[in-house]
Amino acid sequence: MFRLARFLKGYLKELIIGPLFKFTEAVFELIVPLVMAAIIDNGVKNNDAAYVYKMGAVLIILGLTGLTCALICQYLASVASQGTGTIIRNELYKHINSLSHAELDKLGAHSVIVRLTGDVNQIQLAVAMLIRLVVRAPFLAVGAVIMTIIIDIQLSLVILCVTPIIVLVIYLIMKHLTPFYKLIQSKLERITLIVRENLAGARVIRAFSNQEKEQKRFDEAGNDLAATAVKVGRLSALLNPLTAVIMNSGIILILRFGGFRVEAGNLSQGQLIAFVNYMTQIMLACIVVADVVIIFTKASASAARINEIFGTKSSIISGSVTEFANREIAVKFNDVAFAYNEKPILENINLEIKKGETFGVIGATGSGKSTLVNLIPRFYDVSSGSIEIFGVDIRNIDLETLRKAVHIVPQQANVISGTVAGNIRWGNESATDDEIDEALRIGQAVGINSIIEQNGKNLSGGQKQRLTIARAIVGKPDILILDDSTSALDASTDLNLRKAIAENLKDTAVIIVSQRAGTLRRADKIAVMDNGEIVGLDTHFNLYDNCTLYREICESQAVSRGGES
Amino acid sequence: MILRRLLKYTKPYRIYIFLVLICSVVSILFALLNPVFIGRAIDLIVDSNNVDFSGLPKILLMFLITFTSGAVFQWLMSYFSNIITYRTVKDLRTQLFQKLNKVPLKFNDTTPHGDIINRAVNDIDMVSDALLKGFTQLFTGLTTIIGTLIFMFTINIGIAVAVALLTPLSLIVATFIARMSYKYFRRQSVTQSELTGYINEYVGNLKLIKAFNYETRAQKGFEKINADLYDCGLKAQFFSALTNPCTRFVNGLVYAAVGIIGAVSVIGGYITVGQVSMFLSYANQYTKPFNEISGIIAQLQAAFASAQRVFEVFDEPEESDNGTYNVINSAGKVTINDIYFSYSNEKKLIENLSLSVSQGEHIAIVGPTGCGKTTLINLLMRFYDVDSGEIKIEDVNIKELKREDLRKKYGMVLQDTWLFTGTVRENIAYGIDSICEEKIKSAAKNAYADKFIERLPEGYDTVISEDSGHLSQGQKQLLCIARVMMLDAPMLILDEATSNIDTHTEIAVHHAFSEMMKGRTSFVIAHRLSTIREADLILVMNDGIIVEQGKHEALLSAGGFYSKLYEAMNS
Repeated sequence: MFRLARFLKGYLKELIIGPLFKFTEAVFELIVPLVMAAIIDNGVKNNDAAYVYKMGAVLIILGLTGLTCALICQYLASVASQGTGTIIRNELYKHINSLSHAELDKLGAHSVIVRLTGDVNQIQLAVAMLIRLVVRAPFLAVGAVIMTIIIDIQLSLVILCVTPIIVLVIYLIMKHLTPFYKLIQSKLERITLIVRENLAGARVIRAFSNQEKEQKRFDEAGNDLAATAVKVGRLSALLNPLTAVIMNSGIILILRFGGFRVEAGNLSQGQLIAFVNYMTQIMLACIVVADVVIIFTKASASAARINEIFGTKSSIISGSVTEFANREIAVKFNDVAFAYNEKPILENINLEIKKGETFGVIGATGSGKSTLVNLIPRFYDVSSGSIEIFGVDIRNIDLETLRKAVHIVPQQANVISGTVAGNIRWGNESATDDEIDEALRIGQAVGINSIIEQNGKNLSGGQKQRLTIARAIVGKPDILILDDSTSALDASTDLNLRKAIAENLKDTAVIIVSQRAGTLRRADKIAVMDNGEIVGLDTHFNLYDNCTLYREICESQAVSRGGES
Repeated sequence: MILRRLLKYTKPYRIYIFLVLICSVVSILFALLNPVFIGRAIDLIVDSNNVDFSGLPKILLMFLITFTSGAVFQWLMSYFSNIITYRTVKDLRTQLFQKLNKVPLKFNDTTPHGDIINRAVNDIDMVSDALLKGFTQLFTGLTTIIGTLIFMFTINIGIAVAVALLTPLSLIVATFIARMSYKYFRRQSVTQSELTGYINEYVGNLKLIKAFNYETRAQKGFEKINADLYDCGLKAQFFSALTNPCTRFVNGLVYAAVGIIGAVSVIGGYITVGQVSMFLSYANQYTKPFNEISGIIAQLQAAFASAQRVFEVFDEPEESDNGTYNVINSAGKVTINDIYFSYSNEKKLIENLSLSVSQGEHIAIVGPTGCGKTTLINLLMRFYDVDSGEIKIEDVNIKELKREDLRKKYGMVLQDTWLFTGTVRENIAYGIDSICEEKIKSAAKNAYADKFIERLPEGYDTVISEDSGHLSQGQKQLLCIARVMMLDAPMLILDEATSNIDTHTEIAVHHAFSEMMKGRTSFVIAHRLSTIREADLILVMNDGIIVEQGKHEALLSAGGFYSKLYEAMNS
């Protein structure tokens, strides 16, 4: 938790002044029983009504000043906690944006979302409590103990004995409760998961008539959560009755021994009442402390989760090259190998793509086609070998420059809620309306609704794909990658698209990953992939003649060799 | 209204509610007796040489008995209200979940999923928190107030009146603050969900952000909403934080008033010092429930808003399911008569569509994006109902069938894969009740998924989910195919089910399907020629109507829409 302390730096003033004001209020609160004791011992005993009124006025002044102090403290606490939360969110979001695909795969989008919202809110609450309660409650408890010592050191032994017992009981209950809080959180997450999956899979679940099975799965999770919650409830319900019993036992001792002290003339009746009041105050303070402890336990769990993200460093570090001297050879793979973990996904990849060329990649499901093209914009780094763009190792190229030069249309056609133009401008922030129109025309995306709902819900799969293609085209990239991104397009749209790209992006090296041999047959070169290796790299005709795998693919799709060459 | 409806859900736990009421009355009665004994004890300890040691033990013993019994009943009360709360909440969740499986798919398609999840988790949690506190605090609070008033009036009417009049002040102050902060809390929760929505979308698309150098722009958008959140968060927090100091101040006033009036009364000889001590305790005890109730009111308001959102889902109309007809097992004949359908009134989609399919026919549906192919599937499966016209299976209108019976007639694979969190084995065996190892393996083999499954870290026991791991889209499709192969459905629907699978595997998979589907009807939507060509009947759709139908060769030689599509495929 302390590693997050750096975010408090800007709020040092609030952190120091806030508790000071709270401290002042607490001091006044401690004085109140003393004043009351004075009223009884001096005013009542001497039948002095004027004294009673005077002291009454003191009580009210104490209250007013206390109120002012408390309000100032509450304000400072609000500023500091909300401010800290805002800063952490900004910084955390920035850091998340800096991570690369490898780290994102590991973290998972869902958990990142929870950490950015729920976990930061926990920290925020803890900061507020730090200012508002951390000083107040323990001070009230300790202060009350000191006050009793001042009044009567012998009788205060009772309080000195009872207080640790209260603290011990609270500690023991807390200790048993804390693990349950985490458990409940994870059981709640399970419920979230099942609801999420059921919403996403509604069609499949209904098609399989599996509603009852899903209901059973959900009921199990629900019962599990309820059982744990009741168990926790049983335990935490002990807190108040137990502390009250201990406190009241303390009061019995105070009255019993207090009787001797009063009899001996060492204590007055009013002071005895003050003692009883202090005992109550100590117990209340202890319960507040218990609440604060819960908040901090939760916050420290949250802080650990947040720090886990801050501790994750991007494995992709930007290079410095921002200019390319040689613009002839767009992409070159030198002996590239790649693995997510131990299992190699790609091996011995060597290829070269010149500017203006169209390069096809074909192969079976899981043969490594997508992985290969995802290495070019450096979403992942090669395990060995190197990739060059315009003669520069991509690890030496400034990331922004690299990703401006390489645009990819991913397999999954994701769009962002907003306007069509807004989505297209992802590819080029400063694109003019004319440029956007042109990109839409090339991407065969003219005439799509201009307002896009979240996840592009109001678009069909094909419409989404066309938009993502237009988005990649608008920046006029040097290298354009289409990663099996025309699967939802009908054949004639697919053809028009390829024609338009060839006509409008003459200098762009186009890499097309596809399952369809028909789509690729016109490419300048085609790489045939099998089990992570390139087993054929040539033109359609040569491959058809020499590469068995390629020929089989063509035959299975009724793509003929064709004439020429 | 909402409260009454909410309370209805606690009905099964009536016994517990009754117990809670009894326990709280008893525990409060004991709690109110405590100050009486303390006060009496203090009255026995007056001055030096004026302490009544003979009376003291009896009073202290009584005190011991009352506070221990009080504590026991207090614990029982919390325990029982815990049970009521968590079971009620569980029931609410279960009902919500049940409802989600019964509403028409239109609800599922048009309501943001994040919103529904929020209702199922956070909103119900809010209700749970408020119920728990509401039960324990609202009721004990009221009992305490009444009890304290009675006790105080029996001791001294003057002071009792003063306390009774002054204390509601804190309630007024608290209500005023609650109203102030409510405005900001609402704004805060709106902004918070705006931020969550932003994060949900932009973190979900982080890979896209990286691909297009969108980081700075995304950050700018984030910081803007975040700054709004700071603004209203600060105000909401400050105003709500006013409650405690302000009510504490009012309590301080009450305490002072009791002290002054009490002291003066002692001087006048109306009451004893011990009784003043009792009053001081009661003043504290009396103000506490007021503070708690004012806190609870704000929370209850929020909880009612949450409950309302949950009830909204409960009130969604359900899919009608009054079919009774039990259709023959050998279903395979499908007739579509002149159907019309549209998702919204503005845009017509399917018009005047008729079709007749006999048992064992393989139907391929082709056509440009958005022409209504998937919609036709939605209608066949009764995910949506036709606006007019009818669809029949074996001459029975599908509206007369139970939905479950109808859907069991089809094995269905969609382009959008769906895997749930569980092992590969569980995912493949999703459609059937008994898990037979051999069947699973042979389904995986027929779907050409066995090889990559065996290469997974834990084979068939590897836990997978829709968005985890390094399963490619094509591999996920193969798993969904294996799942359908486990079924023994009389008909088959494949909607772009093999779009991300390489053609080689695709053909093999289709062969496996045709082997399996010999003599059974199938509907296949596909772009790829290889899957279309061998169909018994090709339906060419455009703009919601069937423009051409026939066999591959016939359509080709007709030189119409289909031949144009075909040309594009081959060029």
